[in-house]
Amino acid sequence: MRVQVDVAIIGGGPAGLAAAIACHDQGIQDILILERDRHLGGILQQCIHTGFGLHRFGEELTGPEYAHIFIDGVKDRNISYLLDTMVIEIRKDKIIYALNSEKGLIEIEAKAIILAMGCRERTRGAIQIPGDRPAGVYTAGMAQLLVNMEGYLPGKEIVILGSGDIGLIMARRLTWEGANVKMVCEIMPYSSGLARNIRQCLDDYDIPLLFNHTVVKVHGSKRLEGVTIAEVDSNRVPIPGSERYIECDTLLLSVGLLPENELSEGANVLLDEITGGPIVDEYRHTSVDGIFACGNVLHVHDLVDYVSEEAEIAARGVARYLKGDKSDSRISISHGAGIQYTVPHIISSRDEDVELFFRANGIYNDGMIQLTYGKDILYTKRYNHIVPGKMERIRIKKDILRQLDMEGNIRISWRQREDELSDEAHMYSLSTGM
Amino acid sequence: MKLICTVCPQGCEITVKKNDEGWHVEGNRCKRGREFALQETISPMRVLTTSVWIEGGDHKLVSVKTDRPIPKEKIGEAIGELCDITINAPVGRGDIIIKNIADTDANIIATRDVRLSS
Ligand SMILES: Cc1cc2nc3c(=O)[nH]c(=O)nc-3n(C[C@H](O)[C@H](O)[C@H](O)COP(=O)(O)OP(=O)(O)OC[C@H]3O[C@@H](n4cnc5c(N)ncnc54)[C@H](O)[C@@H]3O)c2cc1C
Repeated sequence: MRVQVDVAIIGGGPAGLAAAIACHDQGIQDILILERDRHLGGILQQCIHTGFGLHRFGEELTGPEYAHIFIDGVKDRNISYLLDTMVIEIRKDKIIYALNSEKGLIEIEAKAIILAMGCRERTRGAIQIPGDRPAGVYTAGMAQLLVNMEGYLPGKEIVILGSGDIGLIMARRLTWEGANVKMVCEIMPYSSGLARNIRQCLDDYDIPLLFNHTVVKVHGSKRLEGVTIAEVDSNRVPIPGSERYIECDTLLLSVGLLPENELSEGANVLLDEITGGPIVDEYRHTSVDGIFACGNVLHVHDLVDYVSEEAEIAARGVARYLKGDKSDSRISISHGAGIQYTVPHIISSRDEDVELFFRANGIYNDGMIQLTYGKDILYTKRYNHIVPGKMERIRIKKDILRQLDMEGNIRISWRQREDELSDEAHMYSLSTGM
Repeated sequence: MKLICTVCPQGCEITVKKNDEGWHVEGNRCKRGREFALQETISPMRVLTTSVWIEGGDHKLVSVKTDRPIPKEKIGEAIGELCDITINAPVGRGDIIIKNIADTDANIIATRDVRLSS
């Protein structure tokens, strides 16, 4: 089977669905969503807790409810989608190969492609805990899938490593299902999870949260029997003598997410080493002509509301691209002190304001974010507080962009209020634990 | 009692005390923070989200929630009522699965559609 479309969207999660709807509403007719699962909705299907949509819809929805709004939007517009369809290759000339359970191999020729494959969880391999490989070690998202979609309880005595939101949500979920969650260990001195989740998922059930702690060994050969935990110093190195053995039959890992970009790499899309996602311009156009990206495949978002918003930005980019609008510049964004990454990485047109999203690389209080262009300060914004767990954004006005060189460089950095530290001094204070 | 306000991301640290004149709230930066702290101290309310077995559908389980927050101490009882039941497909989002769960006046409603399996 061979088909031709204007836009092919890889992935039918919130990013893919919102991108499809926005493409349609921009006047693009011929859209096809390719989804490997049996249902649309992506990871939201298993996120049955509330906490979605507060920004976008002003109410707290569950994951399935949030997804449903967009699934309905796709169906109401008669946008085509194929389920049970796994994309196996994307070529840089925008030919896509996919396997469908009934139709077999499908070849799709697209004028533009939107990557919306989401992310996957880091596994134990990715963080290297020594010990055997017994049953009973799961990623938190896998446990969530088992409990919420399959009705299967992965264990009874549980230790969770990592205090991100997924780990916190699972602590409560497993408690509700009758398991005993003994503790959550967090290697950092703070949690990246929401205060609300710490309160409602841990405090409500007296589950201890141990900061500066990690799992240093797993025990058991067939089934997990226990873990050794230890306190870490400010360099995240386990402190000798602080080890403790904790009996448990299940260890959940909630140690971060990684954008899923094997397909993108196959198409020669350049990736950012820090985000693990493609390098994009302000329309989420990747380094390959006609290939765009949005959602967790691009960088891991805090809230699904922002995923939907980004998908709409990418859809606008696709519409411009199909109309033949060309970029007129290539202003790069580099990061100085305090900044982990930015999206976009490049600004390639100067006819609209650009929202620059960025994440801090540590916790900083009382200072400002500054955009500089050579020696000129373009923009300053005060912050009481920035943290890695929260994506921040600033708007760069088109009038400012128009004054810059086509190939200029904007630098974004954090400045402490009183003593305007040099970048080096600041990096040093970071590596010594702030 | 000390608690971190979760109404907005500012995360104010609020202290709630009781004296002869009644409840005393400190550390909040807005009215909603005060309401939140009092509610959390006097009678914390939670939305329960879980899933229920469903037969004959294109999913094994249907996700559900209470249609309003219920007292925290009622959560256990509500889960108890839900764990033994099996319902039949199809179900639509918003459909009431159980009325007045655990005597709380809240209903359990479906949060997704489950169609008949083909
Ligand atoms: C466990 C968990 C809990 C979360 N809790 C919250 C929360 O409380 N609040 C909140 O706002 N956000 C939460 N999030 C985040 C939110 O779910 C994500 O931001 C959102 O789902 C990302 O959307 P996406 O479309 O980019 O990715 P996904 O939802 O992952 O969708 C990607 C889709 O692409 C498909 N796909 C991938 N590869 C292929 C391929 N090769 N061929 C075909 N299809 C493919 C996948 O099957 C999937 O359907 C949570 C995330 C996780 C993982």
